[in-house]
Amino acid sequence: MKYYRSHALVCVDPECLAKGAHEVLDALQDELVAQGLIEEVQVLETSRIGGCANGPELMVYPEGVHYAGLTVDDIPYLVEEHFLKGRIVKKFLAPIPKRVDEELGPPQAKEVRVVLRNCGKIDPENIEDYIAEDGYLALAKVLTEMTPEQVINEVINSGLRGRGGAGFPTGKKWQLVRQAPGNPKYVICNADEGDPGAFMNRRVLEGDPHSVLEGMIIAAYAIGASQGYIYCRAEYPLAVRTLNIAIQQARAFGFLGENILGSGFSFDIEVRMGAGAFVCGEETALMASIEGRRGEPRPRPPFPAVKGLWDKPTNINNVETYANIPQIILRGASWFASMGTERSKGTKTFAIAGDVKRTGLIEVPLGITLREVIYDVGGGIKDDKAFKAVQTGGPMGGCLPAEYLDMEVDYESLTAAGSIMGSGGMIVMDEDTCMVDIARFFMEFTQDESCGKCVPCRVGTRRILEILERICAGQGRHGDIEVLEMLCEQIKNTSLCGLGQGAPNPVASTLKYFRSEYEAHIYEKRCPAKVCRALITYEILPNVCTGCTVCARNCPVEAITGARRQTHVINPDICIRCGICMQVCNFNAVVVR
Amino acid sequence: MDVRDAPDVLSVVQTAVTRHGTSREALIPILSEVNQALGYLPTAALTEIHRLLKVPGSQIFSVASFYRMLSTKPRGEHVIQFCESAPCHVVGGREVWQALQDALHLNPGETSADGKWTLLTTSCLGICGVGPVVVIDNDVYGNVEPEQIPEILARYA
Repeated sequence: MKYYRSHALVCVDPECLAKGAHEVLDALQDELVAQGLIEEVQVLETSRIGGCANGPELMVYPEGVHYAGLTVDDIPYLVEEHFLKGRIVKKFLAPIPKRVDEELGPPQAKEVRVVLRNCGKIDPENIEDYIAEDGYLALAKVLTEMTPEQVINEVINSGLRGRGGAGFPTGKKWQLVRQAPGNPKYVICNADEGDPGAFMNRRVLEGDPHSVLEGMIIAAYAIGASQGYIYCRAEYPLAVRTLNIAIQQARAFGFLGENILGSGFSFDIEVRMGAGAFVCGEETALMASIEGRRGEPRPRPPFPAVKGLWDKPTNINNVETYANIPQIILRGASWFASMGTERSKGTKTFAIAGDVKRTGLIEVPLGITLREVIYDVGGGIKDDKAFKAVQTGGPMGGCLPAEYLDMEVDYESLTAAGSIMGSGGMIVMDEDTCMVDIARFFMEFTQDESCGKCVPCRVGTRRILEILERICAGQGRHGDIEVLEMLCEQIKNTSLCGLGQGAPNPVASTLKYFRSEYEAHIYEKRCPAKVCRALITYEILPNVCTGCTVCARNCPVEAITGARRQTHVINPDICIRCGICMQVCNFNAVVVR
Repeated sequence: MDVRDAPDVLSVVQTAVTRHGTSREALIPILSEVNQALGYLPTAALTEIHRLLKVPGSQIFSVASFYRMLSTKPRGEHVIQFCESAPCHVVGGREVWQALQDALHLNPGETSADGKWTLLTTSCLGICGVGPVVVIDNDVYGNVEPEQIPEILARYA
């Protein structure tokens, strides 16, 4: 590898090219040759430096200087000053462009990035970038210095637990697969990240695919597997593409395939795409799907560790779990175990969405409080409204109220509170959210995604949904709450897989923490958050209305009457509660009751 | 679509089977590829897959009807998918969804009489930072507001 003291990155986006970037690039090359600097300064083509508004532009490293608005005539002066004399040329200097990354900004206070450390930092399509960040060093260490048992012990000692949601100790699972009789053994990566609002796995697959591959190869060595599968959902086409490129490169470098790094150990990985079925995130359903069948779960035991893919012992972990492995091997189990709580070690990625100022991905040590996550990392509630609830763990999770803001986040505490860790989705809701509507909404999701194999999940979720729809439509009855509670309990206890067992959580938790909202809907026919359309009315305040006629003209059903400069009135029998009058009123005269 | 322009069902199936092989585990990749090429899975395609893979037709249909991305019914020229997930829902998705249904006069799952539009919901696409999200064919629209719907649809006129 050749070393340069300086790198000049020229932006060659179509916008910059249209402004003469190619000519500038050629001139720069020529001038560096003329000055005898071409061996010291590397010229690279790149894209998306700034907005190209003031192109052509270039970045110079290691100084990290951004020059813009260059012409061919400027180049000799720039080369002489900057590259020869080492003086920054102020007149071409442009502000360092802000990186726009909606998902993953710079780390906030209290964040610790282990899994996400390379995302956005390295080129995911270039294996050398990963290698430069100590990539595949852990694999080399495992293959040359460690026995499979030592690898398993290291993972056990780290305290890593499955990041897919259930939290089973990863090392323990590897040990079970290693000890299970039967050959061949398989390694599967669950990349079927289906929880709405959870996209941390997608980001890792797209931004740092080799960390997942390396984790899988190490797992395969530890348990004695020769074939691996990554089951990635089809909703993530870019992730599938990135993975396939990464696999090809890893094969070319000898990290995958026959006789890896000359160790005699062979292992290869194939990507399998889902076809749109949420339940395939459940491990037994996922394996059925790989085998070419309907993605329906089967009862456990036997667990996949004993009878998995094609009835062979199979280790199945998710993306985030594997991505932790190389770091645990390199930095040691005690480093990993130094983060987190007594029983939940390390860091966890969360996808924060909803009514929070900074949405996107974060990675924090376990044991952090929900308040720290929402206010310190997430920046607080949007528009400085009041916090109402946070829904953790995806559609099988529960909604936790403000009393739980100071709870430490780990597997046990979330479960005790009636929610789950899940894959790490976190939806923050402000005071304008109706909890009955939210429960109905999640039930719609699970009802829709139920594979239909077992009765409690297939029929039970439908019954719950019907009752919730009735309540939201203003037709709640005495006894509804009690029936809901009974259904929640029974579905939880009798469903076949995690989908059914977790399906009642949004309802059960809102019944527990926001019972008064259910009561208001049922007994008072009132939606306290003013969301459920059947339970609200729009009114015009007579003393505020100026009679400007805007609302009457915009009403799609002509429910508003009133002469110009006279107070307008909404006829509740015609009104469809679309809220347009409230949006268009310039005087805030329309209110919801 | 004019019948003469329709890709030959049998040759599409043949290509997919050649690429993925005839083992049972190849079934879903084959169905996905055929669905992608033809827009849906016509009976003739399922019959041909049954013949080549020697998998019972009932099992092929059970798989084809299970997965959301596979369709046994023809779909419209443009497929509109709205993300119905919670993160999009809480940032104004409900209004966008209503606007879409109003503009197209379609209920979810329906295809317009002229065969131009199919309106579907999709599971979370994982781009929640820019919700509400609407996908038309392969184009993704983020931060969609109800007022933008007519203008977005007009691009496919």
